[in-house]
Amino acid sequence: MTRIELRKKKRKFRPSLIILYAFLIAGTFVCLVPLYWMLRSSLMSNAEIFVFPPRFFPSSWRWNNYVKTFQNFEALMYFTNTMKILVPCVIGTVLTSAMAGYALGRLSFPGKKIWFALTIGAMILPGHVVLIPLYLTYSFIGATNTYTPFYLAAWCGGGAANVFLMRQFMRTLPREYDESAMIDGASRLQIFLRILVPLCAPILITVAIFTFMFYWNDFQGPLIYLRSDNKFTLALGILSLRGAYASKWNYIMAASLVMVVPAVLLFAVGQRYFIEGIVLTGVKG
Amino acid sequence: MRRNEAIAGYLFMLPLIIGIVFLTYGQFVYSLIISFTDQSVFGASNFVGFQNYTKLLTEDFFFWKSIKATMLYAFGSVIATQLAALAVALLLNNKHLRGKTFFRTIFYIPSIVPAVASCLLWMWMFNPDFGLFNAFLKALGLPTSKWIYAESSAVPSLVLMSAWACGAPMVIYLSGLANVPPSLLEAVDIDGGGAWTKFIHITIPMISPVLFYNTLMGVIAGFMTFTNSYVMTEGGPNNATLFVNYLIYRDAFQYNEFGYASALAWIVFLVLAVLTLIIFRFFGKKVYYGDKD
Repeated sequence: MTRIELRKKKRKFRPSLIILYAFLIAGTFVCLVPLYWMLRSSLMSNAEIFVFPPRFFPSSWRWNNYVKTFQNFEALMYFTNTMKILVPCVIGTVLTSAMAGYALGRLSFPGKKIWFALTIGAMILPGHVVLIPLYLTYSFIGATNTYTPFYLAAWCGGGAANVFLMRQFMRTLPREYDESAMIDGASRLQIFLRILVPLCAPILITVAIFTFMFYWNDFQGPLIYLRSDNKFTLALGILSLRGAYASKWNYIMAASLVMVVPAVLLFAVGQRYFIEGIVLTGVKG
Repeated sequence: MRRNEAIAGYLFMLPLIIGIVFLTYGQFVYSLIISFTDQSVFGASNFVGFQNYTKLLTEDFFFWKSIKATMLYAFGSVIATQLAALAVALLLNNKHLRGKTFFRTIFYIPSIVPAVASCLLWMWMFNPDFGLFNAFLKALGLPTSKWIYAESSAVPSLVLMSAWACGAPMVIYLSGLANVPPSLLEAVDIDGGGAWTKFIHITIPMISPVLFYNTLMGVIAGFMTFTNSYVMTEGGPNNATLFVNYLIYRDAFQYNEFGYASALAWIVFLVLAVLTLIIFRFFGKKVYYGDKD
């Protein structure tokens, strides 16, 4: 009796679940097969890549392609350049957006509402309108072909969206912390550094990850501001590799994969912060 | 004490204020001024009145072509991406599903792939002779396509590519779906309504804020797309993917017509503002924000 009942129960929800898993597994393939295609192409010889019909598996796994790609393509230099932009920009963005988030979320000062409205406005303002005047401004002060444009943007609040995230998070923390610290004679700088920064660790990590991803992926900024090859970032470097080896798709795919792997690894490690950040902007924004 | 707090507030705000004034709104105004001049990167600029604007609207062949291509891409990518994102989110929202986090991670990965790497990969997959897509279609005995290399299929191909990265809106939909009260869904069950009734009358209204947010952000992002046209198609074939942001870039940084490109940027900004207003008017009203807020 009980056996039959169990079987009945299993049967009841099984068919729909099988269809569900079938769809999800199909979706998994759709998501991952392109990345496999990148890997597969990066491991083939140039002759094999241009075989028709294309092969799904390489006849031999030529890891040597990566060595050759690194020789032809100054990956290390581009990586160092990207880091030269990234590290100061992540620090500047996290620090200055947290400062502004603290002021907007927890302090009261005249004109606060206006500054907050202007911050929201800056979030919606499409970037393409300020691209040209910014370029002219930077070229006037001799800052093109340097990393100054990136540093300035990062150390001046680091983007309205990050300020907004910080403000939203800081608002939710109880005010009693600040008040009791004030009674103990702490200054606002001490409150910010000793009490709020530790409490805000999750949102600081979220903003740091977002900023990392932004500068790691950024293409239009470096394209406009950087002219000399020895200042190029990875994103620009890969494109110049394509210019030099137009049909060497194995090397181009190898270089692309070099750019994909750190981003995916960072996502895998910081996934919780990443997804919470996206949800926070999307749902409460 | 109050004065003290005000001073502290402004000190903490100082970097942001500098950024907002000099790097955002100041530049916004500067851009408007440039758009009325014949500014190039070197040399003095002269005031030319509305000349840039009239030339753009009446003489520039590329302008209208570009607006049309951008609209097609923006709406195409919004529809494709949001449908894919919503579909995946609905699948993942099933309470009997195991491995939800695993699948969510997998579906998110395409959004993590850096834009330039993703463009190069898709270019290679779209290759008519040696690419993955035509190999797949051939294996199934279906007709092949020239993908981004033909005028008629270029924009649809880029739309397809944009839907691959539906992970970010999908995550937002998932959090919206998690907030749909089970009691409402049970009420439909009691009344004898099916899955479709639940979806149309409960789920859609309850997630309408995120639906609205994702759609609006998708339209704006689609309108501002740049990397795909720069890296993959250079605006071609036959200007089919000459998206406005690429056209602005080309006029300013390749043809050195900063004044003209600024006028173009302003027209695009106004078009986008009107579009946003329309979306707010038609869909904003229907958004259900609950009893609070």
